[in-house]
Amino acid sequence: MRERLARFQATKKGRASLVVVAAIVVLLLPHGFNDHWRAVFVDALAFSLLALGLNVVVGFAGLLDLGYIAFFAIGNYAFAIPTAGSYSKGLFLEGGLHLPPAPHWHDWMWLLLLGAIVAAMLAGIILGAPTLRLRGDYLAIVTLGFGEMVRIVARNLDSVTIGSRGITAIPHPQIPYAPGHRYLFGLAPVGYYYVMLLLVILMVGIITRLNDSRVGRAWHAIREDELAAASMGVPTVRMKLLAFAIGASTAGAAGMLTAARVNYVSPDSFTLLQSILVLAAVVLGGMGSIRGSILGASAIIIVPEFIRSRSPSFQDYRFLIFGAILVIMMIFRPQGLIPSKRRAIELTGAVAMPGAGVTEGPEAAHALGETDDGAS
Amino acid sequence: MPECLRTGFWPHTFDGLTLGSIYAMIALGYTMVYGVLQLINFAHSEVFMIGTFAGVWMLRLYGIHSPVSGIELPLMIAAIMVPSMAISGAAAVALERVAYRPLRRRGAPRLAFLITAIGASIFLSNLFFIRIPIVGWTLGGAAPVQYPELIHRTALFTAFGYQISNKQVLVVVTMLLMYMFLDRFVMRTRAGKALRAVAEDPEAAALMGVPIDRVIVTTFLLGGIMAGAAGSLYGLFFGQAQFNIGFIPGIKAFTAAVLGGIGNIRGALLGGLLLGLVENLGVTCTSTAWQDVIAFGILVAVLMFRPTGIMGERVRA
Repeated sequence: MRERLARFQATKKGRASLVVVAAIVVLLLPHGFNDHWRAVFVDALAFSLLALGLNVVVGFAGLLDLGYIAFFAIGNYAFAIPTAGSYSKGLFLEGGLHLPPAPHWHDWMWLLLLGAIVAAMLAGIILGAPTLRLRGDYLAIVTLGFGEMVRIVARNLDSVTIGSRGITAIPHPQIPYAPGHRYLFGLAPVGYYYVMLLLVILMVGIITRLNDSRVGRAWHAIREDELAAASMGVPTVRMKLLAFAIGASTAGAAGMLTAARVNYVSPDSFTLLQSILVLAAVVLGGMGSIRGSILGASAIIIVPEFIRSRSPSFQDYRFLIFGAILVIMMIFRPQGLIPSKRRAIELTGAVAMPGAGVTEGPEAAHALGETDDGAS
Repeated sequence: MPECLRTGFWPHTFDGLTLGSIYAMIALGYTMVYGVLQLINFAHSEVFMIGTFAGVWMLRLYGIHSPVSGIELPLMIAAIMVPSMAISGAAAVALERVAYRPLRRRGAPRLAFLITAIGASIFLSNLFFIRIPIVGWTLGGAAPVQYPELIHRTALFTAFGYQISNKQVLVVVTMLLMYMFLDRFVMRTRAGKALRAVAEDPEAAALMGVPIDRVIVTTFLLGGIMAGAAGSLYGLFFGQAQFNIGFIPGIKAFTAAVLGGIGNIRGALLGGLLLGLVENLGVTCTSTAWQDVIAFGILVAVLMFRPTGIMGERVRA
């Protein structure tokens, strides 16, 4: 069965039909479930976006970023502060600024999305420019420190972020689709689902193209041997900075949409554990594998939610299991569930078999049919 | 000298040195593992956390509820610290066996080690958080576990108009003793020589007949023992054990190790004390809310401007 599926997928027609089936499933998915599960699917897409972004940093460029959630936080605040500022400040801060009503920011959803992307990207460049010269393990700890600093600053900067109470009453965005008509995103998750899906597909397209281009080969070279890459003329710092900026801006986009949907932002949702959860998604799916990141992220959001709906006490064991997953994957299957062919050979170490990536084909195809959104 | 420092200088100096001693003891574990394996052992903070729990277990085992005094006190402290050191040491060795050794055998890239270390850290801290199903029993739980008061806090002597408590003296003196023991071990014994040889050049050391695996286990054991001592002292000093208690001291200790020059044992001592001082004096001029930001700021500044630390890296880069 598996073999036949693999052979089917290898033909052009087979690939196309699988993509079509996956696309239909993904497009119709919200209609078979209630709002609770729709919200879970939106979260899974947001998380896929985060995993795709982190995959560029960790999987492609080989840089361990342990403060990745900070960029998601910046995306959240980049939407929350200008839009909800007037309400929250007036309501919650004694002697608040009582700003005039916000200039209908919520009409400008695309502009605000762009703003969040740019803000997160700038933060990525500001963090990356001085630190990307560091050795890999130092970079990990500096990014961890950065992530914690963003959270602590958000908690202490009462006048801007309303501290640990968080910003509430963030307005739902609207999209004008015809003169005089606009689509208002309410609390219902369906609208966000399709916007998020669009972003995921867009992102998959961008990073697939990038990875197959000169940039992708430069990342590959840096990951394998930075010194050799530099001496061959690869601008290592600039390429690493590019990976960092792409990762950060993806997280910013996911953050903006999440703030808009949940309409509440609190610094306590951006802990180190969240960064590690994204990392677990990338590792589980397969570092350097685009389909793997989406599968890993969806699994990490949907599976625990499914188990939780059966046994509520499961929540407590989540991080124990994710910690164990990281260790076990690194020992037994470092290339992840859907390995990237390039990375599999590196990650299994010096004794890896050259064909290791190829034999995984059937499994990859198997997973594609069930979970991928078809943009491969 | 700014006003904020003038009033609180000496008290904060002594508090800083006490906290810095704890950082230094944890930093020794980070620095030694880094020296031998070039690995940031993120899970080391959890080895420290296990030490804080081991201290509570010992106090409960001995059935202590009220402070003791006289000759009983030092004996009791030793009877708590030694098993804590053994438990933490065993945890560190187990960590090496289960998580890192398979990767070493395979010659896995550094990224794999780092991810394993992070995973092990999350796993261990949550192991002390969850309630084990079926038995319904928990190692730690969500709430902090309180230490029964063993040492009644008294002022031993006065320096610069500030009363130095017996607890502060205990922490600093123990740290110095442990450090002297470690320094002698690394510099004077055969096993210490092997350790230094592996740190210098693992391949050459292996060719000369140094048993690498045994040296690595020794390194983890020593680091674990130090973290166990630090953990039980931290518990006796601050009176708490909790599943996530290792995170902040762990990061601080790593900062201390980098500050002193990672891989350098003397550097870890110096870095720990210095970080404790700077952090405490910095807090007097800002507020405790920014305490952790100060440490992270120092870390980033050191890595950017002098990545080899104050004393320099003793091992190769």
